[in-house]
Amino acid sequence: MKMATLLKDLFPPYASLSGWSRRRTDRCILGFCLLGSVIVGITVLALANIAITELADPVHLFEVATSSEVVGSILLTFGAGLNAVLLLILFGTPLAYVLARSQPSRKKEMVESIIDIPLILPHTVAGLLVYLLFMRRGWLGAPLSDVGLAFEDAYPGTVVAMLFVASPFYINTMREGFEKVPVHLENVARTLGATRLQTFWKVTLPLSFRHMYNGSILAWGRAIGEFAAVIMIAYYPFIVSTLIYYSFTTDGIRTSRSIAFTVIIVSFAVFLVLRRLTRYVGRYDDRV
Amino acid sequence: MIIEAHDITKEYGDQRVLDGVSLAVEEGEVLGIIGPSGSGKSTFLRILDLIEAPTSGELSLFGEDVLSMQNRWLEIRRRMGMLFQKPIVFNASVYDNVAMGMRYRSENRAEIDRRVQETLEAVGLSRYIKSSARDLSGGEQQRVALSRVIVTEPEILFLDEPTANLDPASTATIEEMVLRLNRERGTTIVVNTHDMLQGQRLSQRVGVMIAGDIMQVGKPKEVFNNPANLQIARFVGVDNILSGRVASAEPGGLTVIEVQGNRLEVAEPPPDGKGRAVKVVFRGEDVTIGVGETATTSARNVFSGSITGIESTAPFVGVTVDCGFPVTALVTARSADSMDLEAGKEVWVSFKASALHLIAEEQDGGDER
Repeated sequence: MKMATLLKDLFPPYASLSGWSRRRTDRCILGFCLLGSVIVGITVLALANIAITELADPVHLFEVATSSEVVGSILLTFGAGLNAVLLLILFGTPLAYVLARSQPSRKKEMVESIIDIPLILPHTVAGLLVYLLFMRRGWLGAPLSDVGLAFEDAYPGTVVAMLFVASPFYINTMREGFEKVPVHLENVARTLGATRLQTFWKVTLPLSFRHMYNGSILAWGRAIGEFAAVIMIAYYPFIVSTLIYYSFTTDGIRTSRSIAFTVIIVSFAVFLVLRRLTRYVGRYDDRV
Repeated sequence: MIIEAHDITKEYGDQRVLDGVSLAVEEGEVLGIIGPSGSGKSTFLRILDLIEAPTSGELSLFGEDVLSMQNRWLEIRRRMGMLFQKPIVFNASVYDNVAMGMRYRSENRAEIDRRVQETLEAVGLSRYIKSSARDLSGGEQQRVALSRVIVTEPEILFLDEPTANLDPASTATIEEMVLRLNRERGTTIVVNTHDMLQGQRLSQRVGVMIAGDIMQVGKPKEVFNNPANLQIARFVGVDNILSGRVASAEPGGLTVIEVQGNRLEVAEPPPDGKGRAVKVVFRGEDVTIGVGETATTSARNVFSGSITGIESTAPFVGVTVDCGFPVTALVTARSADSMDLEAGKEVWVSFKASALHLIAEEQDGGDER
């Protein structure tokens, strides 16, 4: 359906331009498509490659995919990612709002650069930073382990590493969303007697819901795909990327490939559903 | 005084938007702030409604010095209301839109129900109560927005160019609603407008804001006929601004101004004493124009000359006549037609001494002595 629309847009049946200019336009678009297809092509080839090999031995694939180890690891990864996103929503949303509403200044620039640090660091460095801070003798790890919250080789360690690497994706998307809500809409609510919090809750947040959703998907995707940062602090419990690596180095390529293929199918299906839901999220029409 | 602003300044970064504005508004008064776009009118209203804090200055609302007690701003803001230029309604029913302010105040449901219905009936929108506010026309949306403010029963209502985006019929409806609110509830109203006629229609007093400062406050007639300086004269559409010098002045009598060898009689004392350079300003509506023999008139100033230009500014026509100095008269299109006015035609113009106003020549205008 979508492809049909795209083709109709590119090659309209009613195109009545002179043959020369029409051909020229088509060639241009065709050229762009060819260039773009290199990127899509690599992904498709890679997927086809693994799919053909895996589907040739469906019994083995089924065995691996349904093993409790793999199912447990996928659930753990998705769950930890979700946990990180929920924490980001709680702590990142207010920060994004303050950044969106504050005047440009050195202080603001500084905060924005700090937020972007996980983006520019090699993931191993990010992992090391998290490890040093949250290890048993770390600045935060020590007091928290005193109250029973351990991070090394533990679920909280996985979550906090994911949180660290995914945070810029959520905060930056959310900030853009808040920036798009016109201040005069907030002013209307405030002149009607709303408190700052009421204005945020009743006007700004509902209008930024789509950005919150998209930012969460991006951050979640980033979180569940993390490997290097997570293993630095929590090699155990195995998240999927660790499990694949472990299996690759111990069992060999066959099993690790089957796990990888399972992860591809599950992730693709989940993201497809989440993206589809985007159209039902948010109320853009409120923008005045 | 219900509002007393003193020396209010507002800066955004390096830009100074308000430059020492002072204004006092009496309870129950309708005060218009007129001024060109970008002169700082909207910023000033946002400050008065405590949406933004000024950079410096003093502000008293309801007799209380408010700038020193930000923790009470919400409480004070809830005694005021504001309507914006753009009709802004939220994507909900008309009822829910109008109920917003009362819900923010956590009023009980029965009371909200009663007052919303009552207000919508009063403004003639009750048949739309369940409709989606977004489906209404611009004029109706603005009426919903105004109802949304009225229902909270504000003691002071700020209107920021409330009809700038509306058609004449909707404008008239909004103006009538506003005036009724003032009449029946005694609501104090401060209205921003760049439409001088609207300023005149609505307000008991007008303030002229130019370049971040309120330069003159007075009755509309006073501001329009006796502008305090040339900037105001130009903004309020004074058609004739002539440079001259005081030739003679009788105490309590007529002042004679020499303008390019001609003597104009003015019924007000000179601003700066005899001999000083002055500007003579008067409106085109106050100039009478005629053809043929000069009519017998009580006007002290009668000159003849030839027409140098005719400009249509519907519904009027501006006719410029060279009488040794240029004079522009505003006449109706019909009378311009009946007199066959055209460039080069010999005519006479007359204007009363009382229609003329004198402004001291500003420094760069040069004292010729």
